[in-house]
Amino acid sequence: MKSLAELQALRDQMKANMGVRHDDTDNIRVVVGMATCGIAAGARPVLQAFTEEVSKRNLQNVTVAQTGCIGICQYEPVVEVYVPGKEKVTYVKMTADKVAKVVSDHLVNGNPVGEYTIGSMAK
Amino acid sequence: MYRSHVLVCGGTGCTSSGSAHIVEALETEIKKAGLENEVKVIKTGCFGLCALGPIMIIYPEGAFYSRVTPEDIPEVVAEHLVKGRIVTRLLYDETVHKDEILSLGETQFYKKQHRVALKNCGVIDPENINEYIAYDGYQALGKVLTEMTPADVIQLVKDSGLRGRGGAGFPTGLKWSFAAASENDQKYVCCNADEGDPGAFMDRSVLEGDPHVVIEAMAIAGYAIGANQGYIYVRAEYPIAVKRLQIAIGQAREAGLLGENILGTGFNFNLDLRLGAGAFVCGEETALMTSIEGHRGEPRPRPPFPAVKGLFGKPSVLNNVETYANIPQIILKGADWFRSMGTEKSPGTKVFALGGKIHNTGLVEVPMGTTLREIIEEIGGGIPNGKKFKAAQTGGPSGGCIPASHMDIKIDYDNLLEIGSMMGSGGMIVMDEDTCMVDIAKFFLEFTVDESCGKCVPCRIGTKRLYEILDRITKGKGEMEDIQRLKDLSKFIKENSLCGLGQTAPNPVLSTLHFFEDEYIAHIKDKTCPAGVCKDLLHYSIIAEKCKGCTLCARACPAGAISGELKNPHKIDPHKCVKCGACMEKCRFGAIVKK
Amino acid sequence: MDMVNIKINGMPLSVPKGSTVLEAARLAGIKIPTLCYLKEINEIGACRICMVEVKGARSLVTACVYPVNEGMEVFTNTPKVLEARRINLELVLSTHRKDCLSCVRSGNCELLQLCREYGVEDLHRFDGEMNEYELDTSAAHMVRDNSKCILCRRCAAVCAKNQGVGVIGPNERGFKTEIGCAFEEDLGKTTCVACGQCITVCPTGALYEKDATDKVRAAIADPEKVVLVQTAPSVRATLGECFGLPIGTDVEGKMVAALRRLGFDKVFDTDLAADFTIVEEANELVERVQNGGVLPMITSCSPGWVKYCEHYFPEMLPHLSSCKSPQQMFGALAKTWYAEKNGIDPKKIVSVSVMPCTAKKFELARNDQKAAGVPDVDISLTTRELARMIQRAGLDFVNLPDEDFDDPMGESTGAAVIFGATGGVMEAALRTAVETITGEELKTVEFTEVRGTEGIKEATYNVGGLEVNVAVASGTANAKKVLEMVKSGEKNYTFIEVMCCPGGCVNGGGQPQQPASVRNFVDLKALRAKALYDNDANKPVRKSHENPSLKKIYEEYFDGKPGSHKAHEVLHTTYVARNRF
Repeated sequence: MKSLAELQALRDQMKANMGVRHDDTDNIRVVVGMATCGIAAGARPVLQAFTEEVSKRNLQNVTVAQTGCIGICQYEPVVEVYVPGKEKVTYVKMTADKVAKVVSDHLVNGNPVGEYTIGSMAK
Repeated sequence: MYRSHVLVCGGTGCTSSGSAHIVEALETEIKKAGLENEVKVIKTGCFGLCALGPIMIIYPEGAFYSRVTPEDIPEVVAEHLVKGRIVTRLLYDETVHKDEILSLGETQFYKKQHRVALKNCGVIDPENINEYIAYDGYQALGKVLTEMTPADVIQLVKDSGLRGRGGAGFPTGLKWSFAAASENDQKYVCCNADEGDPGAFMDRSVLEGDPHVVIEAMAIAGYAIGANQGYIYVRAEYPIAVKRLQIAIGQAREAGLLGENILGTGFNFNLDLRLGAGAFVCGEETALMTSIEGHRGEPRPRPPFPAVKGLFGKPSVLNNVETYANIPQIILKGADWFRSMGTEKSPGTKVFALGGKIHNTGLVEVPMGTTLREIIEEIGGGIPNGKKFKAAQTGGPSGGCIPASHMDIKIDYDNLLEIGSMMGSGGMIVMDEDTCMVDIAKFFLEFTVDESCGKCVPCRIGTKRLYEILDRITKGKGEMEDIQRLKDLSKFIKENSLCGLGQTAPNPVLSTLHFFEDEYIAHIKDKTCPAGVCKDLLHYSIIAEKCKGCTLCARACPAGAISGELKNPHKIDPHKCVKCGACMEKCRFGAIVKK
Repeated sequence: MDMVNIKINGMPLSVPKGSTVLEAARLAGIKIPTLCYLKEINEIGACRICMVEVKGARSLVTACVYPVNEGMEVFTNTPKVLEARRINLELVLSTHRKDCLSCVRSGNCELLQLCREYGVEDLHRFDGEMNEYELDTSAAHMVRDNSKCILCRRCAAVCAKNQGVGVIGPNERGFKTEIGCAFEEDLGKTTCVACGQCITVCPTGALYEKDATDKVRAAIADPEKVVLVQTAPSVRATLGECFGLPIGTDVEGKMVAALRRLGFDKVFDTDLAADFTIVEEANELVERVQNGGVLPMITSCSPGWVKYCEHYFPEMLPHLSSCKSPQQMFGALAKTWYAEKNGIDPKKIVSVSVMPCTAKKFELARNDQKAAGVPDVDISLTTRELARMIQRAGLDFVNLPDEDFDDPMGESTGAAVIFGATGGVMEAALRTAVETITGEELKTVEFTEVRGTEGIKEATYNVGGLEVNVAVASGTANAKKVLEMVKSGEKNYTFIEVMCCPGGCVNGGGQPQQPASVRNFVDLKALRAKALYDNDANKPVRKSHENPSLKKIYEEYFDGKPGSHKAHEVLHTTYVARNRF
């Protein structure tokens, strides 16, 4: 490293990788259901897609986590998004393709993707 | 990008309880499950809760698993990592609260702690400089080199009120200013990583868990005083610390954070390790420097002080590991932030190695001014087996005992000194009612006698004679004049010894004499050990009414000291009895007593 | 000079800046006791006997190394200070084998003196475990008795710093600390050069020479033996110290009288052999210069130096003059020329020397030191041993008459007398060599450039058109510096004098022990050397080659000239490379 600027750039890049270790309650939490049902329905590629997308966009305020069975197995893969101070949004029948839109609309711009939510699916 | 990080403690405590096997098992199982691109396994430094090792945390959930065995790993991987279901049975029980899982920070052990020096321990991979950088590593060095003059740095450290964490509590900024004021074309920065107090291991934990913080702080010190070379004097008995330091120095060099023209600022700083052979006296600054120079590790008279004539006769600064671990944060967060913790004369936090008769043994970092009661009863979880707290020993062989009557003492440098103990490097040994204070004094004296370098008369001969008097007393051969003799000799050794080792060696004797003189008198006059520890003063006997004559005791006795007919009360021959207590353990009727 | 104002025991005082409390107190007429401290050699603050109170200081401070500063208030004899010194001595005594009645240092033990001064009454107050030690008698010249050692480390300091040898130092640690050689090796198996400097600085009876006085007395009592004694130049300058005379008193006459009264058959002077050494050595130097021999040539009269060179610089052995030392030349002459002339069987001669030196005890058993087929010298005594013999014989030394050495081997020159001081051999050699080369008589015989007590001296002389660079080193640590400059080519000398002991033989390892309280404040080397230079100035003959006895012996025995075949057989020797480890 030849300068402080280089050091700072490296720090910012590395910080993104470490986000997973923050128990920061101010973070947006993306929770993927990874029980047997979820995995069988294809939750793993969804989880991977979220991790990759969040990392690509260097979103330091987002934690991607997994959880067990949420209890709505017919809708798996299920993904819950908790934005601090807002209602939980539950996306259902997620696929890896849908992830980019959720990340850009919801996580970045704060607009939940209505068409993927449990509300619209149930209709 | 990994979605999950598994942090396994790779500190010395957990390594010895088998954490390396945990890492192997994890890697195998994760591979089997095809998760190697999703889950990252990191070996960290010490978490502090060594009694529960091996320890492992899985993020992002922050699940804190304790006493993990390799056999547990397949389950952890299949359940937690694959399915996201936390394996509750392995959780540290303190984190399970009414079916809710608490984060580690909410447990009794961690709640009152405030981690500054240990900030990164158990959080980052100590063998990866990038993780240190991710947590603002080397930013302080960058700031110092680009925005501050050496005088600014020294003023900031002075303003923070940081005092040396190695024992005496000398103001760090003042120390640096002395070395900065000494004019010389060559100066040195040294780090005392020769932690030698029995029971203290916070420096080792920092080195194992966060080696870069020491490197960064030393470079900052080098800039402040005008030194371009540093030495870390680390004991060879700390192989993990040595290895991680070597890796860290190599990485820092490669990253251009050590060496020539650091961060393009024209500042040069190099760092080398020197391994100590484990002599306690080499923690004394002049002895440490003498040892680095390649001589027998012995102290030198001061003045000249190291700031004027230190390592290789050049102006030098020496701080210990924990002191350095505070520096980068002081630079980044400011003096006021640091002063917001602790007491006025002792700002900041202090790490204690909690040990002895206490539930949670391990490393705790608390703000200065925390009371002894909070540390022992809340963080430490109190005394096991319903026993009563008798005293806490701080400062290792240089310190003294704090009795129950002083449990509400706010712990800082000055308060400890006032009651005849000292901070030392932060060992804290808790003693319950079964501890004999004369025996404790003897224990510490034995250590000092062993570790005395032998250079000066008071320490070489005086401590030996002090030990012999204590030994006599614990064997029931003391006389009342011995108490005065102990006091006279202690005073002489304190005032006449060459270095801190000797000057503080009598403290355990003086402080136990001060608070527990009655125990000494009981040993001397009544020939009894009230705590029932001193073997020569113990007598085992059989209460005839309770003895059923089962012969178990007689068969257990290794000395053939017990005789008696079957189904008739037995007897112990006191001349043959070796006071091992085996009979008492075997007796099912409580018929054997020791007095 | 910058001065600072201080108070000692309430008395205002102005002392030079940079003085220690010890030095300042001395200016105020106050003696502060020391044990470990040797100025510029051992400033380690280890014995803690010199503790004084300084106003404002946390604990007592060591006067020996603590510098004064402006406004300082020192108290040297408060009850606290006196009690600390007494406890300190009592503790030392608890580890010390207190057989003072039979100790070699009984009478001049520094520890005993301090115990008396500080009122130690209870020898057993701190009795406890004592370490067990075995005597180290492995070396030819001395005994080490750790049971009397108080670990002041003066011995280790002179060995390492002055001599650059460092074969003794602390082993083990804490209560078990003991002075010894690396890996607990016997001293006799190390590179110890036998200089005995450690003995001269030892405050107690832990280090002493192997006493040979009983052997001498037995020889004298044996009617079959002819016992000849020779005395080295510097002994006359120091022997008086053992009898309360001021340092630097020349007691040549009383010494001769004492030796005669002890019963030696002949009392001769090593100085005659010193003159032989000069004549042979000057001849060797001239030959080396003229015939392209190995240069620089280095003197070989100091056996400690020779042993040092053999251990540490074996590659430099060709530089050593092949001349035997004066002690050995004397013994050789006594058992060849003198024996033949007087019809005595050399086997019946017991050749005794009195030397300022312990290395001489080692030297007499070297190979190639038997000119008559029997050892040139049989027994070598130190100055201290001679003093003990005189005391035991009940001689009132101070009041003895002055007597002269016996003829013919008691005749000597001023050049020989100054052998005992560093630079003396060089000066003596120059007196002879310059006259030999130029063929002209010197106008002044003093070569003052090579006088003085500095460790290394250099001078350049023009001798008959030839530029001669000379160097003089004393203390083998200084010799090492000179040799390294020669090896690296930095210096180009023709002739080098090396004396093993700092200051030369006047400060030799066999000389009277002066306590640290004297050593630290008096230039022992210069005072003793002055006695020799005065002796030289008063001599009628001051050039070795003009010694009448010497000329006669050359005529009778060595074909009338130095460097003859016979001279080589009797007066020259060889060296061996020795192991460094």
